[in-house]
Amino acid sequence: MSLQIPHRSKANGSHAATKAVILVGGPSRGTRFRPLSLDLPKPLFEVAGHPIVWHCLTAIAKVPHIQEVCMIGYYDESVFRDFIKDASKEFPQIKIVYLREYQALGTAGGLYHFRDAILKGRPERFFVLNADVCCSFPLNDMLKLFEDRDAEAVILGTRVSEDAASNFGCIVSDAHTSRVLHYVEKPESHISNLINCGVYLFATECIFPSIRSAIKKRTERPRLVSYPSSENLESSFFQDDDDDEEKKNEVLRLEQDILSDLADSKQFFVYETKDFWRQIKTAGSAVPANALYLQKAWQTGSKELAKPSANILPPVFIHPTAHVDPSAKLGPNVSIGPRAVVGAGVRIKESIVLEDAEIKHDACVLYSIIGWSSRVGAWARVEGTPTPVNSHTTSIIKNGIKVQSITILGKECGVGDEVRVQNCVCLPFKELKRDVANEVIM
Amino acid sequence: MKGKFAHSPDNYRLSLLTQCTALILVGGFGTRLRPLTLTLPKPLVEFGNKRMILHQIEALAEAGVTDIVLAVNYRPEVMEKYLAEYEERFNVKITFSIETEPLGTAGPLKLAEEILGKDDAPFFVLNSDVICDYPFADLAAFHKAHGDEGTIIVTKVEEPSKYGVVVHKPNHASRIDRFVEKPVEFVGNRINAGIYILNPSVLKRIELRPTSIEQETFPAICADGLLHSFDLEGFWMDVGQPKDFLSGTCLYLSSLTKKGSKLLTPPNTPYVHGGNVLIDPSAKIGKNCRIGPNVTIGPDVVVGDGVRLQRCVLLSGSKVKDHAWVKSTIVGWNSTIGKWARLENVSVLGDDVTIGDEIYVNGGSILPHKSIKVNVDVPSIIM
Repeated sequence: MSLQIPHRSKANGSHAATKAVILVGGPSRGTRFRPLSLDLPKPLFEVAGHPIVWHCLTAIAKVPHIQEVCMIGYYDESVFRDFIKDASKEFPQIKIVYLREYQALGTAGGLYHFRDAILKGRPERFFVLNADVCCSFPLNDMLKLFEDRDAEAVILGTRVSEDAASNFGCIVSDAHTSRVLHYVEKPESHISNLINCGVYLFATECIFPSIRSAIKKRTERPRLVSYPSSENLESSFFQDDDDDEEKKNEVLRLEQDILSDLADSKQFFVYETKDFWRQIKTAGSAVPANALYLQKAWQTGSKELAKPSANILPPVFIHPTAHVDPSAKLGPNVSIGPRAVVGAGVRIKESIVLEDAEIKHDACVLYSIIGWSSRVGAWARVEGTPTPVNSHTTSIIKNGIKVQSITILGKECGVGDEVRVQNCVCLPFKELKRDVANEVIM
Repeated sequence: MKGKFAHSPDNYRLSLLTQCTALILVGGFGTRLRPLTLTLPKPLVEFGNKRMILHQIEALAEAGVTDIVLAVNYRPEVMEKYLAEYEERFNVKITFSIETEPLGTAGPLKLAEEILGKDDAPFFVLNSDVICDYPFADLAAFHKAHGDEGTIIVTKVEEPSKYGVVVHKPNHASRIDRFVEKPVEFVGNRINAGIYILNPSVLKRIELRPTSIEQETFPAICADGLLHSFDLEGFWMDVGQPKDFLSGTCLYLSSLTKKGSKLLTPPNTPYVHGGNVLIDPSAKIGKNCRIGPNVTIGPDVVVGDGVRLQRCVLLSGSKVKDHAWVKSTIVGWNSTIGKWARLENVSVLGDDVTIGDEIYVNGGSILPHKSIKVNVDVPSIIM
């Protein structure tokens, strides 16, 4: 069990070996992404024309000298086989391996479990990206801060409103040095509006001993002692609150179990991003994620996007195999998947239309996700409710009831001609023949 | 008694050449039909592309009426212009009888006594909100035939418990015994349709004060056994509020269809769906629309491409842009509905309202000159 920790050789090592780990979770973790995760693992769900995890990979590929990416999760190996095959062609300089946990070990537990694989090739440091965030992943900036400060850990942080902050891991930092002074996960009181983005850069020689001592501490004293707020024990930043495994002792998470101690004793810094950041937690959050990645692609002049015109309000992604009638008006922030058919006089805005879906003539789709092979009838209206640009939630209160702001049709749903669907989540294979609002349709 | 006679109305017109008079109870500002009546007085609002009052004046003139009194409690100047035109067109004399205080439904008759009682000929009284196939000539003939003091038109309803029901004398088809207001048990299914023919002697029964013809005058005539009912054939609707205005439009258009009216757009027109579509010749209809059933489109209306219209009224000068979907809605004069907008559930747009592109309006009552840029999700009044 001895660790092979390389000596830091920063003085001369401008090409210090760097790796990246993407935490992809597992099938029992994606429940909040239902009904879309009933048919596809969340990391493979496409926003802005690419799987969520592809956006992570693209960011990693921009960091010089990263040669290996480990995806850690507890999905079956077959789940990512095709994705890895395709991504390996697209990013030939990077070796992508999938490391499967057979039980959920927690984010820190997973890293520790696969430490030998991660340490292979003796990387001095490695990035950890949670796959369920949508952001610009300023990894090179984090790396620069890491080197400038001779850091042992760098966390990506972003500012949110004071109300929203307590739903996240909160960071207190030194304004001048960016050093993390205090870290607390989902505090009850207001501590800071600088929050954890779920993206880290760790020195290998620091993080594994830290996890190991956390494990040791765990066995020596119960977790409660170190956390005055007992209510926060089971809650977490990135995962569901209702998973039994999380309550088991072997689960060890970066957010709850590691970061707080790092803040006490280590060279732990925060890189504050001013760029976009969102969680991709609920299925509805795929819509803002889609919008943000499309905007990023638009700003960086991506050739993948549809050319703007009177009927294309950028940014819009249309898969080359999709058929969109020229009289349909699309955008902004619309993705049309492979082989989808969009009829004459259709309007689509702030929405995702998935593979093989069909939108018939004169229909209107706003703030919605149209599932794989779903059909929307002529003059139908499928509509969600816009949420404020800087909002970190995808639910809204209507008539005193919490409903999803984004309307989601699961796989192979049908909306009849002229039918209106508003703020609904519709599970796969349902036919909607009458107007419906503010409901979950089983 | 069924109101069917072998004679044509023209025969009656000849037979009724004695200057026949009618009183139309217009009353107040028509607040129930707001926001439309914020712009025009109710009698001037178009129903089936024809001003409400014109339906009545036309039918009255047809039956030989030469003198029409409008009982109003305000005098909208805008009406004068139209009424002058109608006077000339139908060769009738139209006078305003203005109440300085509301006189109910009977008081206005007394106020107009000078005109209504100028000779012995019976006169018509009608509520301005009532739309039907006015059977004035048949009503007059029936009234003359029985020779008593008054005849009221009655219409059959499905749920009599909501109305005042007419009960006849035993073994008599038309003589009214009494009225029962909102009967709990079934006593009959005929209700007062708001159209009457009365002998001038009735005026002696009315005092000049706020008083109700239904609750005071008629029971008194009934007590003397001098009041008869006359069954209305076909549709009837009090269109005094938006919901009923739309229902009444459906009934009116259906009746036009039944009569084979040339006014209707032929049902085999490609964009017509389900019939009962009345489009003014000056209106423009775009490509790939689906219109109907029960749609009225007024003069100078512009309907864009791919528009879906059903059970709605587009008043003159309004505009429905491409791909919009409109159902159970009254679109006020000069209003504009944006592309991909969706309106339904008895929405009423006043004059010059703008509904933005992609906006949804559910039962919105929108006052004139408003511009709507966010959804109206639940029925509400937009001031």
